[in-house]
Amino acid sequence: MKNIKILTMLLAVSMISFNCSNNDDNNDFMAYEPDFSGTYVQQDQMGRPAVNTVFVSASSKDMFNITPPSQQNAAFQSMFEANLTALSPAYANEGDTNALGLDAATFTGLLATDVLNVSLDGKTTIYDGENVLTGRALADDVITVELLLIFGGEDFSENPGLSNDNVDGNDKPFLTSFPYLASPW
Amino acid sequence: MKKFKNVLGIGILALAVFFVVAADHIDAPDVQGGTSDITDFYAFQGENTENLVFVANVQGLLSPSATATASFDENVLIEFNIDNTGDNVEDLVIQAIARQGKMYFFGPSAPTSTGINSTILTNASATGVVDISLYGSSAIVASNNGMSFFAGPRDDPFFMDFAQYSAIIGGNASSFNDPGSDTFAGSNVMSVVVEVPKSMIGSSGTINTWVETKRK
Repeated sequence: MKNIKILTMLLAVSMISFNCSNNDDNNDFMAYEPDFSGTYVQQDQMGRPAVNTVFVSASSKDMFNITPPSQQNAAFQSMFEANLTALSPAYANEGDTNALGLDAATFTGLLATDVLNVSLDGKTTIYDGENVLTGRALADDVITVELLLIFGGEDFSENPGLSNDNVDGNDKPFLTSFPYLASPW
Repeated sequence: MKKFKNVLGIGILALAVFFVVAADHIDAPDVQGGTSDITDFYAFQGENTENLVFVANVQGLLSPSATATASFDENVLIEFNIDNTGDNVEDLVIQAIARQGKMYFFGPSAPTSTGINSTILTNASATGVVDISLYGSSAIVASNNGMSFFAGPRDDPFFMDFAQYSAIIGGNASSFNDPGSDTFAGSNVMSVVVEVPKSMIGSSGTINTWVETKRK
């Protein structure tokens, strides 16, 4: 009985709401036109994983996020190089390179322009032993690749305790079909 | 002596901040923990190898209970940028923005202007719209013009022993553990996934791409 009363009240309220809406605007009742006007101003950006996190000094992180990629190399390459050589002993000696054959200046010159390079012609991966920087797939172990390029030296053998976090895959399997990412926990 | 301690303290703090988190999760003070904080960006060949897939994740480290109440901010535009001429300036953008439970997509289309300010390309010839998937329900997918669209909560695809990395950087450990422990296990993100025929982006070769969040 009580339920019926409540139901009746709800119905009455919704009838009133209906009437109000209807009276306000007879033509557009139930129609919804999204408003897409206005200017949207940049707050964050990302190309390759972990670049801002690892190579940009704390006081510059916000500035890095609003500097267009075409201007990032001029503004940030020297900072990247200083932070890389301070972080990793693998670039301590003259002529030191990583396994891609890039020395500290060349490697940070590549990274300072924070865009993801993606091939339109074939396999897309950060690094799979054969393809280098042709995209970023979900299962790519990007952190280990980056640690190897930062700490691993010319043949991935230097600083072994620092060049692999030993987490090699995701905590849920990815899907083979769209939308590819696993359902949430 | 006290001054020295202060300097040392600042040094350690700076180092700690320097390595705050992960792929792009809470990467900078102005965005961290907010609705415009990008956690990750992926671009890869689709199941149909004639297509490319772009993934932008925002709002990282969501617990299951936080995920149930998380939503896309209607004032935050998510914009995929595509340079197909090799100058690191965007030639095409794909824009995604939420309105009343739906995610609207515009592009790939040339932006009205390049750089840090954007307007929404409501006149783009390629568009799409998909209902934002709800936590606890199956993924809702929509298609239009050969493109596929998804928006909603997903498992964070990123994996890393970030805790041990922080310990190393903080001077409390000298190496990673084996096996390591995935700091991002069990956490979710808000994802936008769009799959696009490669023919709408370029013919062959390499593109440069990145994702931006922009606030009205």
